[in-house]
Amino acid sequence: MSVKITHWPGTSLSSADFAEGRVLTVRGGVKAEYAWDAGVAIGRYLEELKRGRLVARRCDGCRRVLVPPRMFCEECFRPTDAWVRLADTGTVQTFSISYVRWDMVRLTEPEIPAVIAIDGASPGYGILHLLGEVDPKEVRVGMRVKAVWKDPAERRGAITDIRYWAPIREGG
Amino acid sequence: MPERVAIVGVGFSDLRSCTPGVSYKEMMFEAATRAYHDAGVDPRKDVHSFVCVSEDFWEGTSIFDEYVPDQLGAALRPVQTITGDGIQALCCAAMLIRTGTARVVVVEGHSKYSDMRTPHHIQQFAMDPILNRPLGAHANLVAGLEMSRYLYESGNTREQCAMVVAKNRHQALLNPLAAYGARITPDDVLAAPPTFFPLGELDAARPADGCFVMVLAAESAVRDMAGQPVWIAGYGWCTDAPSLESREWGEAAYARLAAEQAYRMAGIASPLRDLDFAELDDAFSYKELQHMEALRLCRPGEAGEWVEDGVTRLDGEFPVNPSGGSLGVGHLLEATGLHRVYETVLQLRGEAGPRQVPGARRGLAQSWRHVPTTTGAVIILERE
Repeated sequence: MSVKITHWPGTSLSSADFAEGRVLTVRGGVKAEYAWDAGVAIGRYLEELKRGRLVARRCDGCRRVLVPPRMFCEECFRPTDAWVRLADTGTVQTFSISYVRWDMVRLTEPEIPAVIAIDGASPGYGILHLLGEVDPKEVRVGMRVKAVWKDPAERRGAITDIRYWAPIREGG
Repeated sequence: MPERVAIVGVGFSDLRSCTPGVSYKEMMFEAATRAYHDAGVDPRKDVHSFVCVSEDFWEGTSIFDEYVPDQLGAALRPVQTITGDGIQALCCAAMLIRTGTARVVVVEGHSKYSDMRTPHHIQQFAMDPILNRPLGAHANLVAGLEMSRYLYESGNTREQCAMVVAKNRHQALLNPLAAYGARITPDDVLAAPPTFFPLGELDAARPADGCFVMVLAAESAVRDMAGQPVWIAGYGWCTDAPSLESREWGEAAYARLAAEQAYRMAGIASPLRDLDFAELDDAFSYKELQHMEALRLCRPGEAGEWVEDGVTRLDGEFPVNPSGGSLGVGHLLEATGLHRVYETVLQLRGEAGPRQVPGARRGLAQSWRHVPTTTGAVIILERE
């Protein structure tokens, strides 16, 4: 409604009209399931996660170290050259304090997703993961963090083989 | 007068029933590397625009088009994905060049069909949700319905459709890319279990994984390229009404109109006289016959006799699907049309090896977007 229009002609619909079948809709969904082939680069990356290690690929064209690894350099457009082992430590590039889960369920304890530049990789190359063992009020860009891994028996070759990343305390 | 456009480089990744060793990105990188090498271009310096084809449901990722730049050398460049078959992407790329928007354009299409665990559900999801899906029919039913009506109207027979399958599977044995080359007889096809009668199990092309990348250039840019140019003489595409209740079941009107547009542009009055071979959609056996008639390569109802007389064999007067077609090569989702263009380019360059059509100067590639669509595209290519 507006200043000029105070009344629409006709009968308005309520949610009950739909629920009680007075307005007809057809409901349905799709069973869409996939098994995405990880391929050479990400296949090895996942395998190394299972072993509790992070690996990258190096491009000898631009001398960058790329993580997550890829078999081609998107800058030089050439195959990457070698595998590089990385530390499981890094620096928070950006973060968010999420009070709402992916399916819009509200959380009492927020999650803290962050992009972490990994030590040994080129600037700006890192992974998106979760921070843990940290008060949301303490999180800062530039914070140093280290991976907290699942027990070897629990690892599946997945990004979730790392539980979360915890702050590296000075001297501790 | 817009500039002429040529295909100056083509690249592929091997076509296989499954490709568990590589990701779709690695497959695209392989095909792109071959295409850029073939054309003698560096995508980071020489290419002005990129056009891809994909469907989110085939990929299992929403807004899939965002995932293509890295492996094509297209990061921070003009990139777009269009919904359609690869030949429609070629039309789009040609228009970018003819309008002066870009001088060198790359086209990509791929199939990672084997990543889908529930392809039949996803295919059925393309049917009308209110009128058709509740009946529970598989999408290939559409091909069964169409085949019935087409055979009824044209007078062609199931036996002649079976000959198409035997011909194409056999021709695919000469194509190192093909996933389904086989020595089978029309009797084998007729004896296969029925699926959506009159369709049988061997009447339908089986899916395959693979990728094609092509480099297109304006005439003024071609002289800087290493590759042997194959010129685009004409193209067209068309979509009929989608309704299963009232569509044209007998005739492939979408293919007829797409071809008419392409013939007009290429100045072709008599397709049979002016073309040396054709790569036609054969996602189902009868489609090759139906498309031959729609494209005026023969008269309505004559295609069956042609296959019976061996006219469309590799050594016949007018070879159809020298590559082995989708029946022999595999159905490649949106990359299907690009495979047909790839074969056409090889034929016109004289690089088709044991399946070379002698003296081929001008060829046609045609695609159909599979069930339940009524969309087709046609492109005509010629050498200098």
